[in-house]
Amino acid sequence: MANFEKAKSLGDWMNQRLGLDTVMRVMAYEYWIPKNINFLWAMGMILAMMFGVMLVSGIFLLMYYKPDAALAFDSVNYTIMTEVGYGWLWRHVHGVAASVVFLVIYIHMFTGIYYGSYKKGREMIWITGMLLFVTFSAEAFSGYMLPWGQMSYWAGMVITNLFSFGSLELNGVVEWIRGDYVPGDAFILRFFMLHVLLLPLAIMALIGLHFGALRIPHVNNQDGEEIDFDEAAKLYKEGKKKESKVIPFHPVFLSKDVFVMGVFLIFFFYLVFYHYGFALDPVNFDPADGLKTPAHIYPEWYFLWSYEILRPFSKDIGLIAFGFAQVAFFLLPFLDKSPNAVPASRRGLFNIWFWVMLVDMIVLSVMGKLPPEGAWNVIGLLSALTFIGLWIALPIITKLEKKV
Amino acid sequence: MNKELKILAVVVFFSILTYVGVEPFAHSQMHKHVDDPTYAYADLKDSGKKGDAVKGKELVTGAGACTGCHSLKAESLPAPMDALTSASAYGVNPPDLSNSGALYDEKFLADLIKNPAHALGVEHKFKDGAMHPMVGFYGAGGDIDQEIADMVAYLKSIAPTAENLTPKDAFESACGRCHSMRYDKWSKIGTDPSFKSDKEMYEYKAKVATYDEALKAYMGAMPPDLSIIIRARSHHFLSTFIENPQSQLEGTSMPRVGLTKDGEVKVMEYLTQIGDSSKDKRESLGPWVILFFVIFSVIAYFWKQSMWKDLH
Ligand code: HEC
Ligand code: HEC
Ligand code: HEM
Repeated sequence: MANFEKAKSLGDWMNQRLGLDTVMRVMAYEYWIPKNINFLWAMGMILAMMFGVMLVSGIFLLMYYKPDAALAFDSVNYTIMTEVGYGWLWRHVHGVAASVVFLVIYIHMFTGIYYGSYKKGREMIWITGMLLFVTFSAEAFSGYMLPWGQMSYWAGMVITNLFSFGSLELNGVVEWIRGDYVPGDAFILRFFMLHVLLLPLAIMALIGLHFGALRIPHVNNQDGEEIDFDEAAKLYKEGKKKESKVIPFHPVFLSKDVFVMGVFLIFFFYLVFYHYGFALDPVNFDPADGLKTPAHIYPEWYFLWSYEILRPFSKDIGLIAFGFAQVAFFLLPFLDKSPNAVPASRRGLFNIWFWVMLVDMIVLSVMGKLPPEGAWNVIGLLSALTFIGLWIALPIITKLEKKV
Repeated sequence: MNKELKILAVVVFFSILTYVGVEPFAHSQMHKHVDDPTYAYADLKDSGKKGDAVKGKELVTGAGACTGCHSLKAESLPAPMDALTSASAYGVNPPDLSNSGALYDEKFLADLIKNPAHALGVEHKFKDGAMHPMVGFYGAGGDIDQEIADMVAYLKSIAPTAENLTPKDAFESACGRCHSMRYDKWSKIGTDPSFKSDKEMYEYKAKVATYDEALKAYMGAMPPDLSIIIRARSHHFLSTFIENPQSQLEGTSMPRVGLTKDGEVKVMEYLTQIGDSSKDKRESLGPWVILFFVIFSVIAYFWKQSMWKDLH
């Protein structure tokens, strides 16, 4: 048995039992982050914070929401929005956060791609990140079903239909997922369960894994510099802060993160109070009606690019392209054959690849929302082909890349 | 610092590009363009006659037969039939006329009295000899345009002023016979009472259902509940739709209502009160929350500066 002494303070008492000092040292005071990073490295902590915001606001909503096809709509739009004190605030916070979190995820992902942060030992960070992307997507989709508006119903219909796998016509699978022939009570309840239990649990576990995956390779830096962390940490601890290339996670790295979070929250609450229409789609304020197809059915903005990869093709080819788009990003660390983990600006052809990919995904997103007619269809098809072409080209152009 | 701002500019640029593309631009392509409402009712002619309210009163309650179908609470004249009987006779319960003078455009009222299907823009539904349930006024022996002007003058004389017309009354008079407002307990035949027993409740619900059935048969489509229509449609859509439903939904069975600008503002106010009841609270709380985070960021900035000052 370990040796316990009479504690000098509450902190000391806890420390003897929980080893808090050690925990704080390992997790914070001596968790080393490179000094040469910019605010894009705060996006990860913003995501962690936003998940916390969604969890808290979600718990408040959960106290009044009713997962029942007959009651869901009014429990959200009447009970929560008008009867519950500040219910409207929790709902706006939750809804806007769900949308903005994807903006931050995309910035976080493209930061990783730009700086090559998925290479040289950081593959698992990337893969757990992609798993987070997928579970977040499922979380957002299942949450979107809950108010049981027109878009909940029809997006639910269209997306679950994908599981008939085109010409395979596996309608039994679709019915199994829905628990009924069309979305209804069983459908709401199971998506409710996924949204408030299973997926949040999975997300929490994955965030833990994602953080764990960062530990050994450490985060990358904006110059693609390979840092000897032990050496640099030694310098820092000796007080040679200027010479050392690293800073501790807490309080130095975090002080910058907190500032970036503050600025981000100004923007976020501006959206919550004054500009929420993009996140709480007006069409979803019409109650679900299985007999009345809305004029335009489209997913939330963050799914538009993959929706547009599905749409311009015939049914089966579209599904294959869609499936391809979902796995392509997972494989990025293995499709990129270059030995360089440096910023894209120093990687020649890859630099072009990066910016074309970014613009192409924006074009796809816009086309995914527009009605599939005339010129929009052609642009949509071309940008979907560009997307696929870029992934095929990636191993080739990165193979040709010279070591810098 | 300089470099960080450049990166920020790039991030902001692509975020705005995406936003503009999927929101304003995509919506401008998805919905047809309809000009803002003018409330001019330019297709209707002004007879130029000046009305006499005293003569108008005789006509409205007498030869004009208006009160044979409509109630007129301002003069304590009850409806000749209750809502259900009216609905079975006309398909819809004729609205009380006390507020008409304040809600409807003068030219519109004159045209409505003469030829309801024309003013309401539903002539396409009453072809081949079918009659509009509100029978047009054929004249009481004198100059018909003068008589109509008299009735309009009378309706205006009894109508409340803009300040005295409550948003709720405006809605009930102008839209309430067709649209329910369940978040304010309005069911087309009246405000839902509180029930002392299940029997009472089911009887009342049966009445509402009977009314709805007649209304749907008359309209050809069930008018939707408007409880949160203010969040489901843009302000622009609603105002243009109310001025002229055909402008937004070609072939829709909702008639042109004929509101003045003031009337529309009142109706919108009510739709906002019920459908977006947090608007005032949102607008008063917003600045404080944002101010909080501005102060938070300033303090965080100084913390960061102090933490990083001897690093470079
Ligand atoms: C035969 C019964 C009948 C008579 C007589 C009648 N109305 Fe009506 N009125 C109706 C009905 C029914 C409606 C509802 C029509 C609808 O919603 O399609 C109506 C609607 C109205 C409206 C609302 C129009 C709108 O824009 O929403 C006004 C105002 C009105 N009547 C005024 C009058 C006046 C003034 C007279 C007398 C000149 C009159 N009515 C005579 C049956 C009648
Ligand atoms: C005489 C009956 C009648 C009156 C009075 C009436 N409406 Fe309607 N309204 C309808 C019908 C019927 C529909 C359904 C139209 C359709 O589905 O084509 C409708 C639909 C609507 C819609 C939905 C349009 C859409 O995008 O689907 C709105 C909004 C609306 N009405 C607002 C109003 C307002 C505001 C008023 C009062 C100023 C009003 N209505 C008065 C019959 C009426
Ligand atoms: C959605 C929840 C997510 C959370 C909470 C999260 C959190 C974090 C945190 C805190 C960091 C360290 C600080 C930083 O570099 O920002 C980080 C790094 C990283 N994340 Fe995520 N992340 C999430 C999603 C993703 C996704 C979707 C991807 C991409 C597929 C991803 C890929 C990465 C990569 C590559 C790094 C390393 C960056 C570097 O080394 O410079 N993450 N993440």
